[in-house]
Parts: sequence; structure tokens; C-alpha cells
Amino acid sequence: MSAIVLKNLDISYGATKVVWDVNLEVAEGESFALVGESGSGKSTVLKAIAGLAPDWTGEISVLGQKRGHGVDRAFATRCQMVFQDPYGSLHPRKTVDTVLSEPLQVHGLGNRGARVKDMLAAVGLDQRFRFRFPHQLSGGQRQRVAIARALMLDPRVMLLDEPTSALDVSVQAEILNLLKRLRREQGLTYLMVTHNLPIVSFMCDRMAVMNKGRIVEIAPATALHDGRFNDPYTQSLYAASGGNPDRKVTT
Amino acid sequence: MSTTKDWLLDDSPASRLQANLGSSYRMLRTLMRNPLTVIGALILLVLILAAAFAPWIAPYSPLGQDLGARLLPPSAQHWMGTDELGRDIFSRVIYGARITLMIVALVAVISAPLGLLIGAISGYFGGWTDKALMGVTDVFLSMPKLILALAFVAALGPGIENAIIAIAITSWPAYARIARAETLTFRNSEFISAVRLLGGSHFRIITRHVLPLCTSSMIVRVTLDMAGIILTAAGLGFLGLGAQPPLPEWGAMISRGRTFILDQWWVATMPGFAIILVSLGFCFLGDGLRDALDPKQGGKE
Repeated sequence: MSAIVLKNLDISYGATKVVWDVNLEVAEGESFALVGESGSGKSTVLKAIAGLAPDWTGEISVLGQKRGHGVDRAFATRCQMVFQDPYGSLHPRKTVDTVLSEPLQVHGLGNRGARVKDMLAAVGLDQRFRFRFPHQLSGGQRQRVAIARALMLDPRVMLLDEPTSALDVSVQAEILNLLKRLRREQGLTYLMVTHNLPIVSFMCDRMAVMNKGRIVEIAPATALHDGRFNDPYTQSLYAASGGNPDRKVTT
Repeated sequence: MSTTKDWLLDDSPASRLQANLGSSYRMLRTLMRNPLTVIGALILLVLILAAAFAPWIAPYSPLGQDLGARLLPPSAQHWMGTDELGRDIFSRVIYGARITLMIVALVAVISAPLGLLIGAISGYFGGWTDKALMGVTDVFLSMPKLILALAFVAALGPGIENAIIAIAITSWPAYARIARAETLTFRNSEFISAVRLLGGSHFRIITRHVLPLCTSSMIVRVTLDMAGIILTAAGLGFLGLGAQPPLPEWGAMISRGRTFILDQWWVATMPGFAIILVSLGFCFLGDGLRDALDPKQGGKE
């Protein structure tokens, strides 16, 4: 069964259409990247899957179930999203504990204290952070909290919207390693938006390149090592990012 | 003492209670650092104490007349003099604190939550809800506060309760506007989206996530508006539409003293001082609260 299937997906914001005819299939357990420049519509695709951009036509199914246009509760336990900016994705007046207990309260799950503790351990946060407010945490710690919140409901599919682009380089590596470990341990499926090609080669199995609201090419992440892209836009994007610095120039 | 302080300021609180107490303590400390805020708080404390212990503080009855001692100037016996019916003005000012406090508290309790809720709903849902609610708000905002209150009192009949209702009805639109503006700044923010994605209902988002972020600016605004509320109540009293005689309401007292303002200045001046002092107290406190209620302030030392 595929984790995410998108068929003929068109997405608009009001009268403006921003994404055209996206067809995509992400296998369960796969880590898939959407890359492209700013404004290419990659985050919009993610939002449509999550239910935050309800204005779309076509078909979206997650784990074999077609999804409606709005946000719905049952969907929340299957698919969660981590946002780009850890400074904007945590409520400034709520402690880490409250943030992590909230999904459990919404879905009426018990044993909250123990679950919160386990999750803090799973994302590598010390227990002493449990009752801190966001302003008492660093960017990387906040992003760990955001990841923990997304994982509280045990989703199978995670949508990652540039989860490290707002962080320092050294912290980026920590978060990427954490995401990689969590995926291995919990068998998660990732659909990740990024414009950083090295992150794709580090994290992902396959990638789709988007340009001006369309997918121009779907390629395995290994193509980043040998530069075997078919589409001219992808080739120029690859060249602009510096190609593969390790690759020997053989010609 | 220092251990309690350490416990409160602990960087890694061990429980929800400690985290909340700690942030309250930090806020209190920020408040205390500003001398004007402390003065404001003290004035209000005095007002509350005066209201609570009026029968013990006031040397005379606020209503008892003594026609032999009419219009006496301030003296050791009558600290603020007496009015045209020989009533002790100091006693009346002290008892008046009760009425002022009641007006202020009731108006705050009625209008602030009402405005907050309407503003938050309006800002959060947007679209037609927003247009309809803000339309109503604009209608109320477009009319001068005192005139509208006058109209309400005229319709409901004079009296302190009706004055309170009139002031409450006329003061919520400003709060709705603020709450809406505040809500608009974060309605599309990611922490709200995150709760929606977790399956949280609109009700939960508004009550648990939107309202707590609006309340601090609301508290500041209400505190700063208290002065205006007191003045409106006094204005209604002055026009004879608020508290009715013989209630010792400050505005009504000024109104009565107007007749003698040239020869017996103390009759109108003493309650006037009380109004100024309390208004000032609320303003000082409001300014201090504005600085302290910023959540990011807590971390800075």
C-alpha cells in the first residue's frame, strides 16, 4: 500500500492556481523529498495533504484512504506535520508539557504524564525541559518539541516542511540525525519539502523536482551523486547547487 | 527565603505548578521594578481597603444629616469639610470607594470578556462572521460613549445598576477591536495550524490558544480604561443619571457641590481629588502591566 498518493492534484489559493497536475506516489516507509526554488509550490502540496490548503481538485489519499478537503480528527492520528519555523510553531504561553499533552487530550488518550516523558526521551530532550516555556529553549530544542508534538499521536506519515532551514548548521545536523533515527525506529514515511539538495541525499530515497507549480522530474536520490537528471530545469538546479563536490570530473 | 526564590526561578521546573508560579513570580518582579506601577498598585490597594473597611474608617455616617453643621470647611473634626446637608465629606468619599469599585469591577467583568470573545471569534473565523460582528462593533464605536450611555440610561431609567449596564454596553466594542487585531496577527501562525492538524476543534483553539494570547493586552487596556470608566460613571452621576441621592457616588457629589464651588470649594473638590487619584492609580498600574505581561520579558534579567 502506498503511504501517499496524489492524482491530478491542482491547488489554488482563492482565484490563483499555484499547483498544476501533480501526480505522485510515496511508498510506505519511504522518505521522499519535494525540492524546488521558493514559490515553486512544494510547501503548498504539503499543506494540501495536511488539510491547511483546502482549495484543491484531484485526489489525495493517505495510507489508502481518500482525504476530504478540511482538517479532520481521524486523519490526525495517521499523518502529522512539522513546520519550518520552530519559533512560530510553538504557543508562546504554553509549557512543553502542555504542548505535548494537548494532542492526547484532544483524542482522549490517557496516561499522559508517562507518554510525555517517553516522547521527550525519544526526541532526545532531557526531562528538565518538560515544564519550560518556549522562550527558555533554543531553536533546536524547540524543533525537537515540535517533532515530539507531531509524533504524540503515533502517525505513520510525517510531512516535514523544511524542518531545519530556520536552524544553525550544527543544529541542523542534530535534527536531521534525529529525524533519520526516528524514521528507522518507528518505520515512518516522510514527505519532506526542502531546497537543500545535500539534505535530500542524506535523508531521502527519492525526490520530485518542482518548478512553477508543476513536477518536472521524479528521480532517485542517488541521482544527486551522479547528476543523472533528464529535465533541463533539474540539471540547472543541480548545477546551481554546486553539483556533487565529491564527484570526480571524468570527462 | 532564598530557597523559595531559587525554587521559583528554577530554570527547569519539576511540575506544572512550579512553572506557572515561577512565571507569575517573574512577572511580579518586573512589576515591582517600576516605581510608578508600585504607586498605582498602592493607590488601588488603599481604594480596596477603604471600600472593604468603610464602616470602620469613616468617622461619620455617609448619609446622616446634621443641618447645624452645613458647609463647614475642612477641619480636624471634618477632614474634608461637610456638604450642604451637613454630611461629612470624608465619610462619603470613603463609602463612595465602594460604589466606584463596584462600577469598575462590574463593567470590567461584563464588557471585557464580551469584547474579548466577539473579537476573537471575529478575527479567528474571518469572512462573513468577521464582517457581521465587526459591523455591529463599528455601529457601537461610531457613537460617542457618554452620549450612548446617556441614551441607555434614559431608556432604562436612572440608577447605578443601569449606569453600569450602559457603560458596559458602550465599552465592549473597543475590546472587541483589540482582540480581533491581536487574533489576526496569529490566526495563520503555525502553532494554531498545528493544533488544527492535531484535530483540535475551533472551540478548543479559541478558548485555549487564541484567548490566552489576547488577554494580556486586554488586561492592560482594561486597566488603562478604568480611568475612563470611572469618569463616565462620574459623568453620568454628575448629570443626575447615575447613582441617585443620597448614594455617595463621587460624580454625583461633584454635581451637588457645583452650586457652591466658588464659596465652598471643598464640596466639589474632595470627591474630584478622589476620582483623579484612582484614575491615576489605574493608569500607572496599566502602564506597568503592559511591560510585565510580555511573555518574552520573563527570561530577561
